[in-house]
Amino acid sequence: MGLLYGLIAVGLALIFGLMDVVNFAHGEFLMLAMYVTFFLFTFFAIDPLLSAPLAAAALFVLGAVVYLVIVRFAMRAKANVGMVQIFATFGLAIVMRGLAQLFFTADYRSVPNSWLGGKTVSVAGIFLPQPQLFGALVAIAAFGGLYLFINRTDFGRALEATREDPGAVALVGIDKNRVFALGWGLGAALVGLAGAIMASFFYIYPDVGASFALIAYVTVALGGFGSVFGAFAGGIIVGLVEATTALVLPPSLKSVGIYAVYLLVVFVRPRGLFGSM
Amino acid sequence: MDKSFTERRRRELLVAASLTVVAALVPLFIKNPNVQNIMILTLMFGALSQSWNILSGYCGQISLGHALYFGLGAYTTTLLFTKFGVPPWFGMLAGGAISALIAMALGYPCFRLGGHYFAIATIVIAEIGLLLIQNWEWAGAALGIEMPVRGDSWLKFQFARSKLPYFYFALALACIAWFVTWLLEDSKWGYWWRAVKDNPDAAQSLGVVVFDSKMGAAAVSAFLVAIGGSFYAMYVSYIDPGSVMGFQFSLLMALPAVLGGIGTLWGPLLGAIILIPLTELTRSYIGGSGRGVDLIVYGTLIVVIALARPEGLIGLFSRRKGATR
Amino acid sequence: MTALLETRGVWQRFGGLVANSDVSISVGRGEIVGLIGPNGAGKSTLFNLIAGVLPPTQGTIWFDGEDVTNMPAAERCQRGVGRTFQVVKSFETMTVIDNVIVGALVRNTVMREARRKAHEVLEFTGLAARADVLASDLVPAEKRRLEVARALATEPKLLLLDEVLTGLTPTEAQTGVALVRKVRETGVTVLMVEHVMEIVMPLVDRAIVLDLGKVLVEGKPTDVVRDPKVISAYLGDRHAVGA
Repeated sequence: MGLLYGLIAVGLALIFGLMDVVNFAHGEFLMLAMYVTFFLFTFFAIDPLLSAPLAAAALFVLGAVVYLVIVRFAMRAKANVGMVQIFATFGLAIVMRGLAQLFFTADYRSVPNSWLGGKTVSVAGIFLPQPQLFGALVAIAAFGGLYLFINRTDFGRALEATREDPGAVALVGIDKNRVFALGWGLGAALVGLAGAIMASFFYIYPDVGASFALIAYVTVALGGFGSVFGAFAGGIIVGLVEATTALVLPPSLKSVGIYAVYLLVVFVRPRGLFGSM
Repeated sequence: MDKSFTERRRRELLVAASLTVVAALVPLFIKNPNVQNIMILTLMFGALSQSWNILSGYCGQISLGHALYFGLGAYTTTLLFTKFGVPPWFGMLAGGAISALIAMALGYPCFRLGGHYFAIATIVIAEIGLLLIQNWEWAGAALGIEMPVRGDSWLKFQFARSKLPYFYFALALACIAWFVTWLLEDSKWGYWWRAVKDNPDAAQSLGVVVFDSKMGAAAVSAFLVAIGGSFYAMYVSYIDPGSVMGFQFSLLMALPAVLGGIGTLWGPLLGAIILIPLTELTRSYIGGSGRGVDLIVYGTLIVVIALARPEGLIGLFSRRKGATR
Repeated sequence: MTALLETRGVWQRFGGLVANSDVSISVGRGEIVGLIGPNGAGKSTLFNLIAGVLPPTQGTIWFDGEDVTNMPAAERCQRGVGRTFQVVKSFETMTVIDNVIVGALVRNTVMREARRKAHEVLEFTGLAARADVLASDLVPAEKRRLEVARALATEPKLLLLDEVLTGLTPTEAQTGVALVRKVRETGVTVLMVEHVMEIVMPLVDRAIVLDLGKVLVEGKPTDVVRDPKVISAYLGDRHAVGA
């Protein structure tokens, strides 16, 4: 679970690190990815396992479009840039939730009988649910891929350079908007991946994103804003803390542990575990 | 030498007084309870947003967890009344005081955090508060708690037959929040807060005690929001943790100020006057079908205003009048 | 009478880097003292230590007969230390007059008096006509002047000026020099950091040259500029390798 949190959070961290924007519609991106998976399964009988890349692709497009249509303009604001970004993306979140209610209705949906759903696998005597296990594997693969991508490819370097100094990259012929749009797409695609996997073991409903979004923010902040590795580590910590809290506190209080750990960390290290600046 | 300044201050008072009088007369002519309800909510959110604006707008410490103080006010009043029979008037003050104290206790570690780390800490703290109350059996847990209705009474601030007393109380609340802001704007605190928001380093070099300023802003802001929470509890006479302390509510409180003009005197009220009726109307006319159209309209509106008027709608007015703020 | 400001054996280390080593300087009442030196000499660090941005690693700082080594900046301001910033830090969303009022509030608790004081300072610094303009709308030279005005409004005994004259056109610099002289006439002691010697030398009573974190030379400006150590420090021949 921690790795999935990490996967959700990495998308957010990527977007934030790239241009200092917190995407308050991140949870809704996740929700949408889950619906995409659900419909692919229901109408075309495509298993979540296979539709994950499709969901990622769909979200990539969505992320890029959102940047070009909304965020690009929000960043131009002269006054209160921070608030404008928060509320522009928050407004988007509400719209997406409304659209989900309108088209998908408020019913709870689930993907029954997927290849992985409900099955467990025994590793050294411990039974692990397959979807979660698979999710963890995908998450690790995605992190690895992302790491290579940022460090080894031209686009990754362009991303890094644009984040350092948008003015300078313009001089060498890199279109800032294109890079940012791709960055948003990539961030959203990662959530798409997470959403597809989660669709196989979570109920899907219009508000599902909200509960995960808050944890994603905490995860990112825990690791330190802008640090992709931090988000990954933050995800693992959040997963562990959640599991530990579940042992001592009633289930309804399980998030308290996560929140308390966040507060403890930032009070000691105001920039998160791996934050610099 | 400062005629224009004194004049502006006087004009602001005058405008506020006339608006209050006009507002006070409206319910005498408009008797539709639904409309009155919207007006009460508008005034309440105006007051809440104005209070939020003190910490987040003037002092620049963006709090996305003010629902905590709203909930504290609502719960303190309700619990004191239902469990100990304390009249809501005292419960209200108690709620305010408790909120202010808690705000300062929380501010002690939190104000060292910057930007997003601070904002997320406020969300997280409010969430913890929410979860604790949801699990607190004595306080009604997740189901919430009801104010027993014991007939109309000024002492208990309960009125079943008429919304008018609530309306005037909400109006008073909005007036108080506005007036407190107005007073603070031309005070040492007001100047300190804006200096802290704009540039804490420079503020420090000019003798501003940054930490104290933030604490002061947090206390005033939390106190006023808690009073609003108390009022809400009395008005709806039923509260549950999710509706008074959720993250959504923190955002709802911030929205009017942001849309109207953050860190301005009139912004929160203006924002509330536009936003709340719109929310309620979309909810009751379009949202009746439960299909999410109200959310779409509402969300689109927020996006459009945020993008088109980053400095808030108040910018439309001040430019025309040539005022500085 | 003791000196207004004194640093006694002040060291500042950042990790392995020594920014100030054993710096002992003093500034007498009513003086204009120039703190100069090549880039990286440790001027800004020393300046920040005096202003109270951070405490020194070692050594003490005395102001007006009192040990202020560990006193935070805001408190030092209340004792009478005013400062400007090298990179201007105006309160951008506030008007010019409001910027200055923030400073004036240190000595005046009544708003009306603070406002009057702020107007006085704006007259004094030649910004009166711009009182109601937003600080963000000022041109760079005006922003520099606003920094000085804000600091003056705190009625300092010691005014710390961080490169206020750098980067101005000759005419603007002349106006700046005249303003500093005027400030001194009102009885305020001035310690100014400048990188470029030509600007400050005619203005100051005494110059302290820092190099590699240490006091290299101090004395009358006319002597200092002729000092071979200063010349070589500025030309950098001694430190071109291995510094």
